[in-house]
Amino acid sequence: MDEFNVSANPHFRSPMTTGSIMRDVLLALTPAALFGIYNFGAPALIRIVVSIAVCVLAEYLFQRGMKRPVTVSDGSAAVTGLLLAMNIPSTLPIAMLIAGDVFAIIIVKQLFGGIGQNFMNPALAARCFLLISFPAAMTGFVYNGVSSATPLAILKPGADAAEGTVSLAAEFLGTTGGTIGETSALALLIGAVYLLARREISWRIPAAYIGTFAILVFFLAPGHSFDALYLAEELCGGGLMLGAFFMATDYVTSPDTPAGKLIFGALAGFLTFIFRMFGGSAEGVSYAIIFSNLLVPLIERATVPKPFGYRKPEKTEAAGKEA
Amino acid sequence: MRKRTFKGGIHPFEGKELSREQKTVMLPADEEMVFPLSQSIGAPSKPVVAKGDHVLRGQLLAEPGGFVSSAIHSSVSGTVRAIEPRTLATGGKCMSVVIENDGKEEETEFHPASLESLTKEEILRRVCDGGVVGMGGAGFPTAVKLAPKNPEKIDAVIVNGAECEPYLTSDFRRMLEDGEALVQGLQVILKLFDSAKGYFAIEDNKPEAIAHMRKLTEGMERIRVVPLKTKYPQGGERTIIKAVTGRELNSKMLPADVGAIVDNVDTVYSIKRAVLDGMPLMERIITVTGDGVKEPKNMRVHLGTSYASALKAAGGAVGTPEKFISGGPMMGFAMYSLDVPLVKGSSCLLVFEKDPVSRLQESACINCGRCAAGCPERLLPARLADCSARGDLASFDRLHGLECVECGSCSWSCPAKRPLTQLIKSARRQLLAEKKKAAMQAKAQAAEKGGQIRNG
Repeated sequence: MDEFNVSANPHFRSPMTTGSIMRDVLLALTPAALFGIYNFGAPALIRIVVSIAVCVLAEYLFQRGMKRPVTVSDGSAAVTGLLLAMNIPSTLPIAMLIAGDVFAIIIVKQLFGGIGQNFMNPALAARCFLLISFPAAMTGFVYNGVSSATPLAILKPGADAAEGTVSLAAEFLGTTGGTIGETSALALLIGAVYLLARREISWRIPAAYIGTFAILVFFLAPGHSFDALYLAEELCGGGLMLGAFFMATDYVTSPDTPAGKLIFGALAGFLTFIFRMFGGSAEGVSYAIIFSNLLVPLIERATVPKPFGYRKPEKTEAAGKEA
Repeated sequence: MRKRTFKGGIHPFEGKELSREQKTVMLPADEEMVFPLSQSIGAPSKPVVAKGDHVLRGQLLAEPGGFVSSAIHSSVSGTVRAIEPRTLATGGKCMSVVIENDGKEEETEFHPASLESLTKEEILRRVCDGGVVGMGGAGFPTAVKLAPKNPEKIDAVIVNGAECEPYLTSDFRRMLEDGEALVQGLQVILKLFDSAKGYFAIEDNKPEAIAHMRKLTEGMERIRVVPLKTKYPQGGERTIIKAVTGRELNSKMLPADVGAIVDNVDTVYSIKRAVLDGMPLMERIITVTGDGVKEPKNMRVHLGTSYASALKAAGGAVGTPEKFISGGPMMGFAMYSLDVPLVKGSSCLLVFEKDPVSRLQESACINCGRCAAGCPERLLPARLADCSARGDLASFDRLHGLECVECGSCSWSCPAKRPLTQLIKSARRQLLAEKKKAAMQAKAQAAEKGGQIRNG
């Protein structure tokens, strides 16, 4: 009779798990990934499959080797693999991609303690690692068989007008050159709406990120201030949508407080503006986000919310009375 | 109009449909009745009977053992068999008066009174003599609660009918079945507070109760029915005050500091019985429910009856349940024995055939922030739990850990299934104990210093 389970409250829990969240993120990335496969063909499909497989395998082997509990079933390694594949050109040699996957999982994630402990987004850190190591392969974009500049490169201040033009409609739909998963703002927005509707992400980071970037570009873009068309092209082009909705919102590497999320998003938006407008390369989303990742501990410290019913401590008065 | 509520909170599975349509039935008293001497916050009660005494139903068994304490009465007639330590639903042992029920239900004389004939002092005396305590679980002596420093500053008397804990339906049944008595009980309280309005605050998942109370209070100038958004923990003291009055209070304040008095539905019923009928607190209403109970029920029980009898009256258990909970699933206590008495604060016996929590695998925090989003106190539970795990009480304090109300929302929300509430509770206990110790040392030092000065 007295063989009951005894434990502290609460005695039941929400059905949500880390795995269910990761599955939702994978689902939300699917429209953009499918569009990437449609846009770039079989090479894109191969890279997506390889990247996911290598990430999962790398995590599995590392955890087995280190005799740690294997956590690949939580789906976070698969998310990293998919995100990295969506962040590379479809022409990147597979070996380089594998190097990126291993870097993301082993160096950025597992060496710092695995899920929940990494201080940078693994996929973005790996993308930056690849950009620095293999700049030509990472920025040589081929579209419909011809090498082409990305929309952002065409918009870049001081770019050669002869490099061509891209229509805003093409940018929004995604029928342009670029990395596998970044080109279609529409497909990314569909996934973003899903994540927001399911409350997997808060609106704060993407809104602060995109809002700050848009305001700065609209008023301060060199040679293009008050240029709505230019602004729209900057918003739809490059990795902004992918970064703002799917990578800056990574829980582990973004602040856990409401105010912190706004500050973090605004910081990433500001840095993206600086890097894109004044930096050496046309794109700046990746660097903006991983740089902001580094400041998360400080932001979290500074934005602890005042608790319910908070009253300022009346120290001086009480101390005065005692004395 | 937007439904009144608070920020944060969670939406757990409700489970109320199991028992909400079940009319309250009377549970017969046991042959052996147990009356623990600690049934409220504060000092234990002092027994006024001895082994071998014959007692009547309604007779005083123990008187308040201090200012914050409460009287305890027998719910049956019979003979005092022993005064000895007995196990409680919470797991601890407590000195208890054990009575052998003679089954005759012989009563002492009760002295009804009309509200008009009673002064404020007489009302408070009757509440105190009736042994009324908060029956929502906290067990604060009601006579103390109803006597704040500045009674004229109280402008809101809230009858807490939120019943936000999943599975519980006893307050809902009380409102439907004894609505008139609740209105009378609220009128008793309002007589103590001249400038106050009375509010029946009810979550909107109980539309029948809202409609019923509205009908009963129609045309009453001082009483309103306030529908609240259904959200856990809407029925918490701080959250319900926020919802009804818009005012916030912290852990160092009493509801009276923001002009509010909050009493649970069953408490208000007991106030009516004690003040107008002259009957002390001898019964309460409980829900016996969960997938491990054959016939979920709401029942009126004699205090002192065992949980085991309540389960038997609900058709017994389904199979061999893994978990028995005294109270709701969010804040209740897991029990290791059912041979413990129902007391003033017992609201529910919840039985789970399978214990969902024991099957959960804890994983690493992914910093998703769901615990913070669900926290009604706007705390950062994941960080507090980390402080607790590494024994860093200073950081725990700095992150306002003492403001936690232990509602369980963070643990419920956590996708990594971390025992956040448990970690935070344990750090709170330690920190509170440390603070108490420090305060006592400071007091002792000050006394010593004062003595030296006087001596010098």
